Amino acid sequence: MAETTERYLLDVDNISIAFGGLKAVDHFSVKIRKNELYGLIGPNGAGKTTVFNLLTGVYKPDAGSIVLDGDNITGKTTVEINHAGIARTFQNIRLFSNLSVLDNVKVGLHEHYKYSLVEGILHLVKYRSTENAMDERAMEILKVFELDGYADFKASQLPYGKQRKLEIARALATDPKLLLLDEPAAGMNPQETVELMDTIRFVRDKFDMTILLIEHDMRLVSGICDELTVLNFGQVLCQGETKEVLNNPEVIKAYLGD
Amino acid sequence: MSYRSKTFKSNMITYGLVAVFYIICEAMLKSGHMSSLMQGLLVPLCYYMVLAVSLNLVVGISGELSLGHAGFMCIGAFSSAVFASTAGKGMADVPELIIALIIGAAFAALFGFLIGIPVLRLRGDYLAIATLAFGEIIKNVINAVYLGVDSHGMHVSLKDVKSLHLEDGGQVIIKGAQGIGKLPRNATFTLGIILVFLTLFIVLNLVNSRQGRAIMAARDNRIAAESVGLSVSRYKMTAFVISAALAGMAGVLYSHNLANLQATSKNFGYNQSILILVFVVLGGIGNMRGSLIAAFLLTLLPEKLRFLSNYRMLIYAVVLIAMMIVNSSPKIVAWRKVMAEKYFKRGKAGIDEPEAAAAAEHVPTVDEAASEITADLAAAEKEAARIDEHEADNNAEKED
Repeated sequence: MAETTERYLLDVDNISIAFGGLKAVDHFSVKIRKNELYGLIGPNGAGKTTVFNLLTGVYKPDAGSIVLDGDNITGKTTVEINHAGIARTFQNIRLFSNLSVLDNVKVGLHEHYKYSLVEGILHLVKYRSTENAMDERAMEILKVFELDGYADFKASQLPYGKQRKLEIARALATDPKLLLLDEPAAGMNPQETVELMDTIRFVRDKFDMTILLIEHDMRLVSGICDELTVLNFGQVLCQGETKEVLNNPEVIKAYLGD
Repeated sequence: MSYRSKTFKSNMITYGLVAVFYIICEAMLKSGHMSSLMQGLLVPLCYYMVLAVSLNLVVGISGELSLGHAGFMCIGAFSSAVFASTAGKGMADVPELIIALIIGAAFAALFGFLIGIPVLRLRGDYLAIATLAFGEIIKNVINAVYLGVDSHGMHVSLKDVKSLHLEDGGQVIIKGAQGIGKLPRNATFTLGIILVFLTLFIVLNLVNSRQGRAIMAARDNRIAAESVGLSVSRYKMTAFVISAALAGMAGVLYSHNLANLQATSKNFGYNQSILILVFVVLGGIGNMRGSLIAAFLLTLLPEKLRFLSNYRMLIYAVVLIAMMIVNSSPKIVAWRKVMAEKYFKRGKAGIDEPEAAAAAEHVPTVDEAASEITADLAAAEKEAARIDEHEADNNAEKED
């Protein structure tokens, strides 16, 4: 058993959650290898975002276990799970809208560059050196997403596509092991979607990242995902390599109807 | 980096304003151009500025509408007054004031922490109402407390002096509703200005630190803040406790400016908290310089309107409403921006205006708070009337 868990970065085993009588997620399992780009798809209301909320501790699963890189993170809080190594973006963008673009990323760096409250208030030497290091690192990350030119903008002033990118940048700043992207292409035009695909691939390679993404855009999914899980009515409909899954008649039925 | 140098410049302007205010007042004092009425207002101006900036830390930076700020001021005032009339008696002014400030800030911070534990679990309106209740509780409890000291130490009672059971020679310090008497009254304008600087220094530096960023991130989006690993409740508490400590210091200044300290609804009640909130909202939520200016103007205004006698509070209310419209009506803000660019050609205006605009759209609670304020204007103005009568009384006392 121990060997099999170590081969996977994320090992989700039979998690379930019910809201009242509704089984939103029912015996969901998934195993994701390191450096893999994994897709989670399914019709509206299939429970995809609920899975993300379970993985990030927004909800606690009624049953089952979640193991990240050998750590059992089942039932931990969102904050603890982030410290354990999962960062995410949101379907409806959640930026710190009154902070600058740079500060949004610096909030992501918060746990990795520290000084005490007193040092912060008195602006001691350590404050200056740490803040400079943070600025440098944050600008590096922004550069990856071609946002460095917008560093001084308020986050809410960015155009939509760039806000999505900034959310990914902020998540990456927390230095996660696993990145969860919730519908990264939502609301993007085809051109932006193609760019986003490149960015996601680039992030995977550059940061040596493992990525789990929820997506509706079939072109994006088939273009970049190594493996897929299809969710329908809270249950796994089909799991496996992208091509096979997309050709599965049951999947086609779930998406297109009879 | 341009971004940081801009903040630095803006902070320096704020400090500069306070310095200029101090120099002008000192010059007027020295040359005898200041009326005794104005002289009596100098220390109140300082503690209102400290209160406004410290409340802005909670309302603007942390994004929680707190209505109990006067309660923390009350704790600072009474803890330091107890010190002044016991251990601090006969001490030289400077060490006595320093210790009193530390005691006042520490007690207010402690109560801020204790009250913060239940209150910060609430959000929005519920938090506002809970802080309001705690503020009233503090005032009313202190109003009922009898405190005495003898060779056995401190005695506390909520009934009367007799039930303190003091031995002969014991001294009663707090006499219930009569409060504390014979205070040193050694607060000076200079001390007040030092406190204003200290408050600004702490708050402005906090805002630009990693802790300040975390506080603002939690304000902007709690769920996102948790998702990047910030312990939201911890940073909300940090802001709340620091704010309470600073309000406690304002209370120390208040108690050291009086001969007699009583906890009444005039000075530490709900209306006082609302008045401080009025400073914050009118100055622009999250805008420290605005808080200073609003505290200054709105403390001075009722005094300057004295010649209007009965119409005074009417005019005061009209000015309040006008200020609110000028400050936050989107059209007027845009118009101001255009005018500023036309006449100042970027430069100076560039620093001020985006801030004002940012302040106007800053936190979602702005509008809510503003509408609430409108409802409370009547209460606030009544209170302001009472406050300045109160202060006029103090002045009269001083002149005696």
